[in-house]
Amino acid sequence: MSPVKMTARGVNVYYGDNHALRDVSVDILDKTVTAFIGPSGCGKSTFLRCLNRMNDTIPTARVEGSITLDGQDIHDPAVDPVQLRARVGMVFQKPNPFPKSIYDNVAYGPRIHGLARDRAELDAIVERALTRAALWNEVKDRLSSPGTGLSGGQQQRLCIARAIATSPEVLLMDEPCSALDPIATAQIEELIDELRQTYSLVIVTHSMQQAARVSQKTAFFHMGQLVEQGDTTKIFTNPSDRRTQDYITGRFG
Amino acid sequence: MTDAAAAPRPIDWADPRLLVRVRRRHGRDAWLRAAGLTALGLAVLMLAILVGALLYNGWAAFTQTHVTLEFEISPQRVKPEDPGAGNFRAIVQEAVYGLFPEVTSRRDRRELMEMISSGAPYLLRDRVMADPGLIGRSLRMAVPVSDPFDQLAKGLIDRNTPESRRRVSDAAMARFDRLVAMGLVSRPLNVGLITNADSRFPELAGLKGALWGSFYALLVCFLISFPVGIAAAIYLEEFAPRNRWTDLIEININNLAAVPSVVFGLLALAVFLGWFGLPRSAPLVGGMTLALMTLPTIIIATRAAIKAVPPSIREAALGLGASRHQVVFDHVLPLAMPGILTGTIIGLAQALGETAPLLLIGMNAFITQAPDGVMSPATALPTQIFIWADSPERGFVSRTAAAICVLLLFLVAMNATAIYLRRRFAKQW
Ligand SMILES: Nc1ncnc2c1ncn2[C@@H]1O[C@H](COP(=O)(O)OP(=O)(O)OP(=O)(O)O)[C@@H](O)[C@H]1O
Ligand SMILES: [Mg+2]
Repeated sequence: MSPVKMTARGVNVYYGDNHALRDVSVDILDKTVTAFIGPSGCGKSTFLRCLNRMNDTIPTARVEGSITLDGQDIHDPAVDPVQLRARVGMVFQKPNPFPKSIYDNVAYGPRIHGLARDRAELDAIVERALTRAALWNEVKDRLSSPGTGLSGGQQQRLCIARAIATSPEVLLMDEPCSALDPIATAQIEELIDELRQTYSLVIVTHSMQQAARVSQKTAFFHMGQLVEQGDTTKIFTNPSDRRTQDYITGRFG
Repeated sequence: MTDAAAAPRPIDWADPRLLVRVRRRHGRDAWLRAAGLTALGLAVLMLAILVGALLYNGWAAFTQTHVTLEFEISPQRVKPEDPGAGNFRAIVQEAVYGLFPEVTSRRDRRELMEMISSGAPYLLRDRVMADPGLIGRSLRMAVPVSDPFDQLAKGLIDRNTPESRRRVSDAAMARFDRLVAMGLVSRPLNVGLITNADSRFPELAGLKGALWGSFYALLVCFLISFPVGIAAAIYLEEFAPRNRWTDLIEININNLAAVPSVVFGLLALAVFLGWFGLPRSAPLVGGMTLALMTLPTIIIATRAAIKAVPPSIREAALGLGASRHQVVFDHVLPLAMPGILTGTIIGLAQALGETAPLLLIGMNAFITQAPDGVMSPATALPTQIFIWADSPERGFVSRTAAAICVLLLFLVAMNATAIYLRRRFAKQW
């Protein structure tokens, strides 16, 4: 059994008066893929954004409860959110490349964290990240053209490349394959499998098959609550909650 | 529920009542279009009248009548060891008298001299001082004629009005015509309008001082308002908490943009001149005053440009572990820059045309040389126009219009730059 990387205990999130997450407690294991599933609007993205304190940037959002990374509370004043976000990377639900070149998109993280000693090393990091995100072959001849000029699916992979270029310890992926064709999806799933050897991953997905294929742990959210969590095989073959059963068999959501 | 609700009645598109409605709708469309076109036509017509009137009044000032004379720079008149102290007035007199040997009486000779610009001796002096080798030789040089004869040459003085009500006597007119017949009178482009500083004599007055004064004032204005405006806008957009205080500041900034400019002039008079004891008429003070007015414009434009940067870009950078300043400098500012520059140029263009505050701090002084820095007294383009418009000499009428044309030219150039920058750097995301 892998050690615990992150824990969440009694997390509540409010957007103004909207109580978006109610008392969520989850363990995220190291070297494991955890899938968050649930109907649209149930709070998956909201919870994901708690894990790297991205909700701090929304003025109306209020987060309660305790979340730890390697045993340390991430809301501790000693923890720098900037440092935290470098360790807990994120791929957003909507592709959001910078209006800069493809190269600069991927190189931005390594640059601001000083991960490359020289240009050659940076080139290598960029190439490796793009290759792993299954984008290298499509863009290797136009690295200097703008990232915003790529197709939706290419932008999604560019954002994945950008996130993994900084080698985060935990990678949060919010529907990373929503705009991808089956081949690219398979490549990303391969990447997820490979990243699992070293990192801890959390993936939000609306595809039950994908959750079943790539994850070892699954958590099912419903209307702001965490209904059920456990081994993926157990959730998909023998869920203990009625709502989970209904959702994965496609009866609602 | 009735049957009709369950099965909607099929629409008869050929129904005459429907056709009437369609026609009426088309009629309204045409009416709206016509109203818009009329409004646009009126606006263009007004503009055409304005520019037309300016050009009609100003065209005369774009040329200047000159007369070419033969000057004898004798060493008796101009000592080679000190050419600046030479008696150039006498040299000019000799040159003019030489053309009209029959004129001998003192009165007639004075009238003869009135034909030539009183500035001619100074022009000659400057020429000789630049090239002392001319001493002892003779020099052919074109000098401006005085304002009444410039008007005469341009046909602005009606020769048929009775002599008593004309600024040029019959005799003087005849002598001038003789100069024309001798081929000595020319009317080249009035370069002096740009290269001369202000003067009491319209034929010598130019905009050089005002152009430099405006340049220095705008430079000071830009150096103050650009960094301060951007810094304030960044703070308000990216760092300031949303509370009553920032709301109050925001309201105040918006109000500041609407404060009449003369109020800023009074403020500057009291603070910059009164308390700080800065010199009157200095472009430094002018620029600081204009900066007060430009600042709100730049802050508002910058905030709008920063607001227009999509939040997803900010999130992407924050999500990678960028700190606040990295988000601002690496992503937000580059994307907001076209908007910021456009706002800045529009603010500066406003400042360029601003007159009232400059009048209050004395940038409407009569100064006959261009300023050599931000501390020396100067005028600015709009205040120069104000001075000229106030001058009684006929020659200043056309010069005022010409100066307005120059000012408008700069304004158009600045606004065109703003449009170009917006097009050039507009990014898509
Ligand atoms: N920035 C925000 N401001 C206010 N309310 C928000 C914000 N983001 C999310 N919410 C609310 O929080 C609730 C959960 O949203 P969330 O984005 O977490 O859903 P989700 O599970 O990711 O859905 P989806 O599968 O459609 O992405 C929703 O009711 C939503 O309206
Ligand atoms: Mg979501």
